[in-house]
Amino acid sequence: MKNTIDHSTAAATFNKDVERVNWHDETLWFVRSKRDKSAHAIPEWEALRDTASKIKNNVLSNMHHYLQEFEAKAKENGIIVHWAADGAEHNKIVHSIIAKHGVTQMVKSKSMLTEECHLNEYLADNGVQVIDSDLGEFIVQLRQEPPSHIVLPAIHLKKEDVSDTFNEHLGTEKGNNDPQYLTEAARKELRDTFLTRKVALTGVNFAVAETGEFVVCTNEGNADMGAHLADVHIACMGFEKLVPERKHLGVFLRLLARSATGQPITTFSSHFKKPRKGQEMHIVIVDNGRSTQLGREEFRNSLKCIRCGACMNTCPVYRRSGGHSYHNAVAGPIGSILAPNLDMKKNADLPFASTLCGSCTNVCPVKIDIHDQLYKWRQVLVKEGYTPTSKTIAMKGMSAVLANPTVFKIAGKAGRFVMKNMPFMVNNNLNAWYKQREMPAPPEESFREWYARKAKESKDKK
Amino acid sequence: MKVGLFIPCYVDQFYPQIGIASLELLQKFGCEVSFPMNQTCCGQPMANSGYAHLTEGCDTNFVDNFSEFDYIVCPSGSCTMHVKEHLHSKENEAAATHIRKNVYELTEFLTDVLKVEAIEGNFPYKVGMHQSCHGQRGLKLSQMSELNAAPFSKPDQLLSKIKGLELVSLNRKDECCGFGGTFCVTEEAVSVKMGQDRIKDHAAHEVDYITGGDMSCLMHLEGILRRQKSNIKVIHIAEILNSI
Repeated sequence: MKNTIDHSTAAATFNKDVERVNWHDETLWFVRSKRDKSAHAIPEWEALRDTASKIKNNVLSNMHHYLQEFEAKAKENGIIVHWAADGAEHNKIVHSIIAKHGVTQMVKSKSMLTEECHLNEYLADNGVQVIDSDLGEFIVQLRQEPPSHIVLPAIHLKKEDVSDTFNEHLGTEKGNNDPQYLTEAARKELRDTFLTRKVALTGVNFAVAETGEFVVCTNEGNADMGAHLADVHIACMGFEKLVPERKHLGVFLRLLARSATGQPITTFSSHFKKPRKGQEMHIVIVDNGRSTQLGREEFRNSLKCIRCGACMNTCPVYRRSGGHSYHNAVAGPIGSILAPNLDMKKNADLPFASTLCGSCTNVCPVKIDIHDQLYKWRQVLVKEGYTPTSKTIAMKGMSAVLANPTVFKIAGKAGRFVMKNMPFMVNNNLNAWYKQREMPAPPEESFREWYARKAKESKDKK
Repeated sequence: MKVGLFIPCYVDQFYPQIGIASLELLQKFGCEVSFPMNQTCCGQPMANSGYAHLTEGCDTNFVDNFSEFDYIVCPSGSCTMHVKEHLHSKENEAAATHIRKNVYELTEFLTDVLKVEAIEGNFPYKVGMHQSCHGQRGLKLSQMSELNAAPFSKPDQLLSKIKGLELVSLNRKDECCGFGGTFCVTEEAVSVKMGQDRIKDHAAHEVDYITGGDMSCLMHLEGILRRQKSNIKVIHIAEILNSI
């Protein structure tokens, strides 16, 4: 494992290229604006969000029941169901299926779960080559980078970067930045992959307990292309992907693409219910920390997430720091409340990579209280001892002064207390405030001094 | 009606004119206002940094200072929201509850409690309104662009009554400025970039002033503006509403 660079350091590096940051911000803001247009065109939008949130409440409260129902129905349909307690078990299960069929190559459509479990690396170590068939993932895979966004995996790259990457790996013309040309090149390469792979892996957007079927949403049809041509279809899902009944899909499918990109619906919303004749179909249901999160009362709502990415597109911090600065499979605000559940030490910085502006909570199609959970994670991380001692000492000193008006008055002639004690105001050369901002100038007298003087003056008059 | 004026600690020390404007404004509308001299801070800087467990002393002091008032009014959305959501007291929870229920940000107090219809004021400038996130999304002082819901804005409602004031319409009307408390130093690069981008939006609309209900956002923007040697100035909304 590489050493983790904390969010603020990675974000500072990202910000060295101002033009790129501007472009990244504006591109994602454009997606957010499309989302707004599309959401605001539906009069019942807020009611839909409310309904989706309530359906997921029901799912989270009855998980055991729905999981058993789903398993039973899926088995009836002829699907082989596997259970994985964690990422390692998930990877082993997937590998065992591939090994059983004696193949060394697999095609995979988008699945954030397999990113979370680091499946590609595991399979590579075991001699299995994986080709990601989503165009964005295909690009980042060639560059040996993780996706920087759950819906738009290569959003950190410009077409010039893609051109360079394809030139290096696919032999396309150097300097040809035409998106049409580049997409054609990827298409040609992937077409061959689709035709020759015997095993295809897909993610799962929704699993229906009532019927044992699952739905995979893509814009490129790459999941279908992989699954339809392969002898073996493996679908991997976190256990929170359940919805109780098929009719509930109507709510979620209306919300998903509108929230993600502003489209009314993804180009393909494919239902998989049973293997076709001669095909083998597997579902791997993964826990990997989800039951722990379900047990954390303040954070369980995070499991409602349908991975639309709207919170990333709207997040002013994400837009200006890039997905990789979050050093987690899922970046942005939702990643920052999911990641500490998996590893508090490694991800202690993430809940602090936010101004708590609350925009994420407002765009969330399933109404996860994201910014409140960021605040709550901060409290947990401090209590569990994952903050620097120097910060704790400063905070203790500050709270002692603020709790005592007599001490505060002595400490607090105009400007003096705030300048000395407020963590964002300490006035010395190391002050991060001063690097790119002027300090406020302390006035002649504080408000309280003015108020006392006025009170005295009016008393003297009398 | 007895109003306790709650002035954020950094406003007390750096921006006394905002306290003065708030006091005079409330008095103009007939409130009996006093400023409890032993107030310090609401505890938000600690709580937002993850140290909510250290705010008990602040809470106790806050309750001691403000429990006797009918209303507690503060020229800051952020500090108001913190009190509204987090103030508790082991010794006197009834008083803490009374405060939580009766603490108001200045503009919402004017529009919702005093139901101010007319304000005498003259401010012949082009002004951009910076919505603080805690005021807007926390206290719902104005409608949020993310929601499919009818627009409204309590601060704009008041500013529209000021003679000569031209309020511009921003490209991103409720994007965060990047202050974020300790965020502004722990995430210095992103914080400053967010502030610069907000300023660009206001500058593109050729404003003379950026105003807002939270001086913390404005202090951050002012720091950047002064470093850029910009002609744009910041001014708290209380000062505009109190301008004759």
